[in-house]
Parts: sequence; structure tokens; C-alpha cells
Amino acid sequence: MANFLLGRLLQSLVLLLIVSVIGFAVLHLAPGGPLAQFALIPGLTKEDLARMAHEMGLDRPLPMQYWEWLTRLLGGDWGHSYRDNRPVLDVITGRLPATLELMGAAILISVLAGAWIGVMGAIRRYSIFDMLATIGAMVALSIPTFWFGLIVIYIFSVHLGWLPPGNRTTVGGDGSFLDYLHHLIAPAAVLALVEVAIWSRYIRASMLDVVNQDYIRTARAKGLPERTVLWHHALRNALLPMIALAGVEIPTLLGGALVAETVFTWPGMGRLLLDSLGYRDYPVVMGILMFSAVLALLGNLLADLFAAVADPRVRLA
Amino acid sequence: MPTASALAQPAVAVKIGSGAWRRFCRHRLALFGVAAILLMVLASIVGPSLIPFDSLKIDIRHRFAPPPFEGHLFGTDQLGRDLLVRLLMAGRISLSIGFAAMTVSTAFGTLIGVAAGYYGGAVRVALMRFVDAMLCFPQIFLLLVLAAFIQPNVVTLTLIIAASSWMEVARVVEGQVRSLRERDFILAAEMLGASGRYVMFRELLPNAIGPIIVAATLTVARAILLEAYVSFLGYGIQPPMASWGNMLNNAQQYLGSAPWLAIFPGLMITLAVSSFNFVGDGLRDALDARFDLN
Amino acid sequence: MQGTLGPVGFAMPAAAHAATETVLDVQDLSVTFATENGPLVAVREVSFDLRAGETLALVGESGSGKSVTSLAIMRLTPSASRVKVSGSVQFTDGEGRKRDLLQLDLDAMRRVRGNEISMIFQEPMTSLNPVHRIGDQIAEAVTFHQRVSARAALVRAAELLDQVGISDARRRLSAYPHQLSGGMRQRVMIAMALACNPRVLIADEPTTALDVTVQAQILELLKELQTATGMAVIFVTHNLGVVAEIADRVMVMYAGAIVERGDVVPVMTRPLMPYTQGLLHSVPRLDPDAPGREPLEAIPGNVPDPLQPPPGCAFAPRCRHVEPACEAAVPVLEQADDGRQVRCRRWRAIDEAQR
Repeated sequence: MANFLLGRLLQSLVLLLIVSVIGFAVLHLAPGGPLAQFALIPGLTKEDLARMAHEMGLDRPLPMQYWEWLTRLLGGDWGHSYRDNRPVLDVITGRLPATLELMGAAILISVLAGAWIGVMGAIRRYSIFDMLATIGAMVALSIPTFWFGLIVIYIFSVHLGWLPPGNRTTVGGDGSFLDYLHHLIAPAAVLALVEVAIWSRYIRASMLDVVNQDYIRTARAKGLPERTVLWHHALRNALLPMIALAGVEIPTLLGGALVAETVFTWPGMGRLLLDSLGYRDYPVVMGILMFSAVLALLGNLLADLFAAVADPRVRLA
Repeated sequence: MPTASALAQPAVAVKIGSGAWRRFCRHRLALFGVAAILLMVLASIVGPSLIPFDSLKIDIRHRFAPPPFEGHLFGTDQLGRDLLVRLLMAGRISLSIGFAAMTVSTAFGTLIGVAAGYYGGAVRVALMRFVDAMLCFPQIFLLLVLAAFIQPNVVTLTLIIAASSWMEVARVVEGQVRSLRERDFILAAEMLGASGRYVMFRELLPNAIGPIIVAATLTVARAILLEAYVSFLGYGIQPPMASWGNMLNNAQQYLGSAPWLAIFPGLMITLAVSSFNFVGDGLRDALDARFDLN
Repeated sequence: MQGTLGPVGFAMPAAAHAATETVLDVQDLSVTFATENGPLVAVREVSFDLRAGETLALVGESGSGKSVTSLAIMRLTPSASRVKVSGSVQFTDGEGRKRDLLQLDLDAMRRVRGNEISMIFQEPMTSLNPVHRIGDQIAEAVTFHQRVSARAALVRAAELLDQVGISDARRRLSAYPHQLSGGMRQRVMIAMALACNPRVLIADEPTTALDVTVQAQILELLKELQTATGMAVIFVTHNLGVVAEIADRVMVMYAGAIVERGDVVPVMTRPLMPYTQGLLHSVPRLDPDAPGREPLEAIPGNVPDPLQPPPGCAFAPRCRHVEPACEAAVPVLEQADDGRQVRCRRWRAIDEAQR
């Protein structure tokens, strides 16, 4: 177990490094480099630009720039927003909770729904339910999330008036938890659509795999009720590989969250990215890009660790 | 961002024989997908010339005509333009970008995957770590940022989408090549003195074609979806050029009054993407060597 | 007859037990699989009885239908849509009640499994759930059939582990399967099977996947346990050495049907069915009493395709005593001497010729 942990940690560090290089490359991809946003301000002369370039260290060799950039990042200095000059990290962490809430709710919905659909599909393989679930999953994966969101808004807000069309709280409302949930449901459900499809297919495959194992036959030979065989013996094994899957899905969820936040005007990190792009607030933009990659990396690491702990064969190797 | 090809498991290497063809035909969904794709491609190429309305013609008197009012099968938008014609013209753009992005990303991903699988060792570790690192960035984030930096036209957008789609292909190919690497026919070729390039492209690649085709098909699906996302968010295809994505952007504000403006483009995207997904799924089953008795 | 070495050099057990009550009465058990290429008859009207306290060996090559027979008795064959099981399996429980297992509803059958009839399988490496502790897996068998507390079940589990020869039983309760060797896992399986004191234990090739030395230990253990608990055992195997060591009676299966049946000593010393003879003669002998250097006899040919069985005797294509009459119709199981039964038209003639 310790070996595994160490290996995984090292791997994550290497990945972190590569991620930083990619981020740095993206940063310099803007035509004119990090100076791009300044080039549009009228009145700046060539000399002004050159001076700014020197101040920003842009005339130094690239590897040096990278190193300085990296050390600043590691030290917590992610730059300052052009809009209000606040530190980028503060700006991002201010909006992070909203996104995490959305992602969390979506994960909850999708794991529960996906597990149920997947298990039922595996037990009743090739039944009508299973075939509908399979086709439904493939269609769900093909539906643009934002379109689905618009449809949901159209049906549930515009037509039926059951749900608010957006935002996290009602302006002038009571700010209660119920009100919050009322606002959370639609974006979380929309975000969960794709995840339910993915989870249900994976869990179905995993269950089918497990249900054919010898130890399931042993459980039946012991005379255990089928219910126990499935939920206590089979599912427990089928879910093991799913834990690691959760880690892999984080970038997908973040991307989907951006879309859901846009459609439902949910004040999260994704919306922030779009707004910042619109304002050409590049420090924040780069900050969010790097932050989400690091978040994904950490999430992946945690998920793998958790998966290792949950499997006695790895835990007690 | 849906990871449809995250569900793709690499099949064992196979020659594409008659058995595969028969299995594909039995897969009704896949056939439906092929039919739908052909229909859409045909419609977007030929359709606009068959429809009596011009996609750019502004007709204020008939704005917001609900379908199927006055011969406008799908209605008109806020400028009175016929929706169906615009939908088909947009189809040209969205489908072309999808195919083009697939070509580039499949080529690049295959290159990386074959090299990683063949050389193994440090080369493989380095390349695959690079793939892993790229996958840490949410695709949409990367796309948006790149699209914002590089003012996008059709070509650059294609390249950007390709740049965020090649990783899945690389993974699939690497897995395939790695398992094929140790097979006897490869060792035989090497013993005969075949160069690395020969082995990679004349021996390994043809045997890995199956999963590559599957991955490529699923990549088209993803590329179409990605273009739609980026254009919807305003950083992709810019008006007046129409793509399914930016039509939806346009439709957002009229959701209450003219919902058909949003419904039809979305349906088209869903139809196109799911068709490619169905075909990819069918191909994967058909090319699965476990069932091939050749 | 004690301790003699028969013609093939195995140590023979003492004379069979006196006849006692019948625990299992199987009549015309047939199992047919629906395959893409048509119906596949895996078990063909098999009938036998199992008496209390005896060990009945079920012998055959792979594909003979012996495993399917044992699974069918437990109703563990794959789901109904693809498998058809017919016939009757009359089980007499501890109170003398007789029931047909094939007619029971699933809930009732589950109450029998693991409780009155237990089964152990061939692959100890994969037959235990890797994410649950072995103590819990054994205790589970107890709690589901008897009204005892979880704590009491664990105590019983420790007792059982002790009984099957696993040292330090209390500590082992919290071990996971992957922490045990193959032989120990099989002991755990046996412990699980014994948890509710079953009347019948079905052992489907339990030693095939184990080392030879471990095999001997497990067989020893099974014999001890049988004497201690008085349970009947159906032992499925393809290994004749094992049969000689532990069985009281033996049934030989070929192509889904029984071809010879009887007490173990007569069958092993003087087989009447050519297939059984072939089996016995194809076992290499290492003992010093072996008469000269006999060439190893193999049975020529292959097991028949189950989808297209031969019209007459299933063994006819490979038999060296075959006659045209053999290929015309399937022979019936007839009474031979010594209380035996044989499915061969020419057994008498063959036997005479060999005396």
C-alpha cells in the first residue's frame, strides 16, 4: 500500500509539472503574448510597451520566465485581476464554493440514479428497460448540455413556473435553505444528465462482470436470498472501480458546470471564466485554467487513494 | 463535457472480415445512425438550393413566424430568415468542422499512440504523461481560452478542437499497439531486420485500424458537440456565418416567445452527435475480435 | 479385501458401508441448454440414489456432464431461459420429509441450499468474495439459516475454522481471502459448507486446482468430517486415484449419461464397461509391483459432439469391442453382478474374454 501511495504521489507531481508547462505555453499563445491586452489600449507607445515588457520580465529567456512564473504560482502569487486588482486566487476561491455545490449535487444525483439504472440493467440484461436505458444513455451523451438547460428552463420556468429560471438565490427572498435548493435543482439536474449516462453504463458493465464471478455462485450456493447476493456481494465489488472513475470525471464535471452556470446564471467559477474572457481579464482566465487542472489532478489522486483503501487486496497487500 | 469515447474499450486487434460486416448490419441503431448521417450530409449540401428561401435574406415582415407558417417549415427567426435553410447551411459548417477536426486529431493521436506503444520505456512514459496532463484540463476551458486568444475562423477553430480531442485517440491506439507489440508477427518482422518505421506503419498500424476507426467516429461526435459549445458561448463561429451552436446562442433571448428557434438547432445537434455515437458503438461491436471466427 | 493393491495399484478401502436410508433419490434428471446451434443435452436421464453417510463418486472427463449434474441438483444452473431441467430429485431431510427439489419454489430451495445440502467448488482462489472477511462469509451462512445473533455466528465460524484445521481460528476470522493460500481457502469453503450441518455435501472437483500434497490433506479432512458428521458426499472428479481413496460407490459418466455404477472396489478392480476399463488403464503406474513395462493405453478418438450425439452407444466410435448392434440403438443400464449396473451390450462377453 505504501509503495502504491508513493508511486501515485510521484506520478501526480510529474503531472503537475507537465500541467504547468502546458499552462505556460497557453499563456504565451496569445498573439503578442501576455502583452496582448495592453496592445489595445490607445496611447501606449512602443517604448511604453517595451518598458512594460521588461518589467514583466518578458525579455528574459523563456525557461527563466517559466521558472519565475512557476515559483510565483507555488508561492501563492497568481497575479491580480485587471478588473478590480484583487489577487486572482482570492477571486477564484470566492466563486469556487458555488461551483463545488453544483458539482457535488450533480455527483450525488448521478451516482444514485446511475447506480440504480446500471444495476437494474445488469440484472435484467436485454430487457426493454435495459435497451431503453442503453439508448437513453447514448442520446443523453449526445444532447448539448446548454440546450437541455434551455429546454428545462422553458418547460419548468417559463411554462410551468415551478422552478426559478436562474441564479442561486431569489433577489429579495428569504435566503432560506429551501429557497437555495429550489434554485439548485435545475442546474444540478442538467449537469447530472451526462454523468448519469456515463455512470449507468459503467456500473452496468461492472455488475455484469461481477455477477459471473465464482464467489457469486458460492453466495447463491449458501442459500442467500438473491437480494443479498446482489446488493451485499455483487454491488460492493462492482462499485470498487467506480471510485477511481469519479476522479477521472472531474474535468468533465468542471466543463459541464461552466455550461450549466452560464445557462442558469449560477455564480460559479465557470461563469467567472466567461466573464473574465469577455473583459480580457487574462490573469483570472489563466488562474482558473490552472486552478481547474490542479483541482482535477488532486481529485484524481484522492479518488485513487480512496479506491486503494476501499479494496482490501490493495490496502493489505 | 461528455466523454463518449471514455466508454470505448479497446478491442483486440482484428482483420476487418465479412463477419464484422454482417454484425454491423445486425446492429439496427448503427444502421439508423448511418442513414441519419447520410441524410444530414446530403441535406446540408443539396438542401439549401432546393429550398425557395435564401439563408441571408432578411424579411422583416415575416419575423418570428412559427412553423410551419407560410411555407417556412421550421419557422423564421427575428430577422425573418427561414430557419430550415439556416439550419442546413449551419450544418455544412458544423459537420465540416466535425469531420476536419476528427481527421487532424485522429492523425495526431494515432502518431503519438503508435510511437508510445512501439518504443515503450521512457518514450511511452513521457508521451502518456503528457496525454494525462492534457486530460487534466476541462476541454471546454481549454477550448474557450484558446479560442479567445486566437480569433477563430473555421480553420483555426478546427485546429483548436482537434487540439483538445486527440488524447482519447492516443490512449486507445497506445493500448492497442502495446498489446500487439509482443505478438509473434512483430517479432518476426523485427528479426527480418525491419526498421522501426516499417514495423509501426506497415505491421502494427493496420492491425490496430479497428479501434482507431471506432475512436475516430466517436471523435466526430465529440467535435461537433465541442463546436456547438464554443459557438454557443460566443467564441466559435461568429455571425453572420451560422453554425448550430451560435444559432442556439441567438435563440436564447427569444426562448419564451419563439421557442422553435432553440428547439430545432438543438435537435439537429443531438441527432448528428447521437448518430455518430450509434455508428461508433456498432463499429466497436462489429470489430470486436472475440466474435470474429476468421 | 483390506489394503490390497488392485490391478491399477491404488490402495483400496475396506468393504462398503451397510445399506442405510436414502437421502437423495434422483430420477431421470436431464439438463438441456438452448444454444445458437440447437439444443445441447448435457445430462441425459441420469438416475441414482445417495445413502446417508456414504461417499458417492461421480467420475468422468470434462464434458461428461458430471458438473452440470451436481449444479442441477442444487438448481444453480444458469437462468431458466437458456436451460431446461427435467426429472426429479427427491430429498429426504433430517425429519424424514421427502421433497422434490426441482419442484420447490426458489425461496424454499434457498432454505435448503447451504443448510441441508451444501456445495463446494473447484476454484478456491476465486470462490470467496475478495472484499469481505472470511469470518463474516462463514457467519453469513449461519445467520441466514438459523436464528442466532451475529456474535454467536462468529463464534460458530471460529469453531468451524478450527474443525477444518485452520490454526489460530479466532484471529483468522478477520482475514481477507487474498491473505490465505489456496489450500486454506478451500478449507474455508468447507467450513462454510459445514456451517449448518448439512445432510449432503456436493464437492465439485474440490482438489483439482490444488497442489498434490494439499490435495491429500483436503481429502483427509473431508474423510474425517464425514465420519464426524455422518453427512453423505457426492464427490465429482476426473481423478481415479481420489475415487479409490474416498469413495464407497462410484458412478462413471460419459457424454451426459451414466455408463457404469457400483461399489467402488468391484468397479475399480474389475471394470465392466469398456470406457471405464480404458480410464483405468490409462493411468500411469509408479508402484514397484507393476507387472513389467506395459505401454500406456490411451482411449483413441474424442468425446462426441454434444450437439450431434451418435445414434447408438455414445462410446461406440471409440470402443474396440464395438459391434454393429452397438451403433444401432442406445444400450440401457442393465444389472450386472456384484450389485452393479452397466450400460453396455457386450459386457458379459467382454468380461468372459478377460477372465
